Amino acid sequence: MTRRKSGHTHPLIFFMSIIQSLLRTWRKHPLWNWLGLLPFFVFILFFLIIPSLNLFSGAFLNRSGELTLENMAVFRNSNVIKAYISSLQVSFMTAAIGSIFGFFVAYAVTIGNGPRWMRNVIMTFSGLAANFGGVPLAFAFIATLGRTGFITAILKSICFPGSEGVEVCPFNPYDYGFSLYSLTGLVLAYTYFQFPLMVLTITPALEGLKKEWKEASANLGASNWQYWRDVAFPVLTPSILGATLLLFGNAFGAYATAQALTGGSIPLVTIFIGQQIRGDVLGNPHEGYALALGMVVIMAATIVAYTALQRYASRWIRR
Amino acid sequence: MKAKRINGWAIFWGFLAIAYFFLPMYGTLDFSLRMKRGVISLQAYQIIFSDPRFWEGFRYSTLAGLITITISVLIFVPTVYWMYLKVPNARPVVEVITILPFIIPGIVYVFGLIRTFSRPPLQVTLNPLTTDILIVVGYVIISMPYMFRAVDVGMRSIDVRTLTEAAQSLGSNWLQVLAYVILPNLRIAILSGALICFATVMGELILASFLVRPALGPYMQLLGLTKAYEPAALAIISYTLTWFSLGLIQFISRGGATQQVTGR
Repeated sequence: MTRRKSGHTHPLIFFMSIIQSLLRTWRKHPLWNWLGLLPFFVFILFFLIIPSLNLFSGAFLNRSGELTLENMAVFRNSNVIKAYISSLQVSFMTAAIGSIFGFFVAYAVTIGNGPRWMRNVIMTFSGLAANFGGVPLAFAFIATLGRTGFITAILKSICFPGSEGVEVCPFNPYDYGFSLYSLTGLVLAYTYFQFPLMVLTITPALEGLKKEWKEASANLGASNWQYWRDVAFPVLTPSILGATLLLFGNAFGAYATAQALTGGSIPLVTIFIGQQIRGDVLGNPHEGYALALGMVVIMAATIVAYTALQRYASRWIRR
Repeated sequence: MKAKRINGWAIFWGFLAIAYFFLPMYGTLDFSLRMKRGVISLQAYQIIFSDPRFWEGFRYSTLAGLITITISVLIFVPTVYWMYLKVPNARPVVEVITILPFIIPGIVYVFGLIRTFSRPPLQVTLNPLTTDILIVVGYVIISMPYMFRAVDVGMRSIDVRTLTEAAQSLGSNWLQVLAYVILPNLRIAILSGALICFATVMGELILASFLVRPALGPYMQLLGLTKAYEPAALAIISYTLTWFSLGLIQFISRGGATQQVTGR
């Protein structure tokens, strides 16, 4: 401890003056401004961060509250593996179908020069359908492709006069292994919101393809096919991959449609977690937390990769 | 010649998309009108509209939606405003936070809420009122990505700094700047955020279902398990509600598509 030379200053006053000057510089410091965001951060902390961390920490604790990795044994449970596989299957299929279909639709309304009214209808309905899901979507597909749905009815009514005068009605899809209340049906229903999301995400990229690139490649003697293979497609690849990842994540976290369509009989991870919340089907709540953590890890990886790809793709879109 | 061929493809994909949009709509509408054998009738709709549980769910979800919108506006408008004016450095952090509800699926989020708030010391799910508060807070979080982006886009289109300085030089305090200058300039952005918020809450199933409150989502799910024609009618009602909200956004924002991911 060193005493100040100017002996008449009381240490306490000196101390206060230091605090005051610190506060003054702190007030001028840019970090002070972050305080304005405090209400937002507190709200997020209490109602998003703490509940999430509380869940994830549960994955690493045992029943008596000790740190452990034994809950990861849940990923060796055959029902859990089955749930993850069907979730990944549905997400992968709908992402692939949605992005291919959506790409062609976006192509049709942008560079494809589809009629103007068609562009308006498709862009409007993509904005609507991409945000549409949940229980009503399941009802819509049951009314359309369910056992008594109207497309099923139309297919059933296509009959041919067969041999010996018996009518043959070969098109009842339910006689041929099709069922709406299965993974196939789920893929069909999810596609309803997946491909419009693709249209919305990929349209800016397609509009970012410059006419000059096409003209330049034509000047160099490239055919339309060569232009697509060597110029347009490589430029679009990050956008397409990114959008596909987005669709993947979108399907992976979906719950309501699957629950309403199949009454929970399809083994998806989200459905499984729902059952775990209701009745601890795993017999160990901490394994349930590990199950949920696994989902978030996959989602986080997907969204991080999506963001990276979008950033990479944006070099070409920026005008 | 070549151009014509491309146009043919465009029309092919366009029609396929339009068919995918409209066939399920048509199927649902058709199904909802066929409750009486052999005739077109509105009986399924009558049954729903005379079901007190429908009105209970409708009232609950509407009220929850309106409160959610109010809280969202009160939180996100000042936050985004402050971020633009004073701490542009905070943008990456805030952006990551607002994406979080996409990364954490709804079912996982409600799992976390239940683990945190349905046991001591913060046991709030015992009492309907505190559960309702928790649900509304959950709705604010779930619709945060939409609300934040809507407000963000709106704030980007106005000159926050000049407006603030002009208002302050005329003697406004912070509250007046926000209420009389920033908020009116953001009304379209806020309205579109509010409508998508409303559509989200009206269709939401997971929170209300697992926290066991009488919202529209659980009612729909229950109806789907027990009835045949009424769900189709309810789907049409829900379509009309949602699509009216979302369509209104597209109308007021002049075709600027609501390019967002949804939490389902």
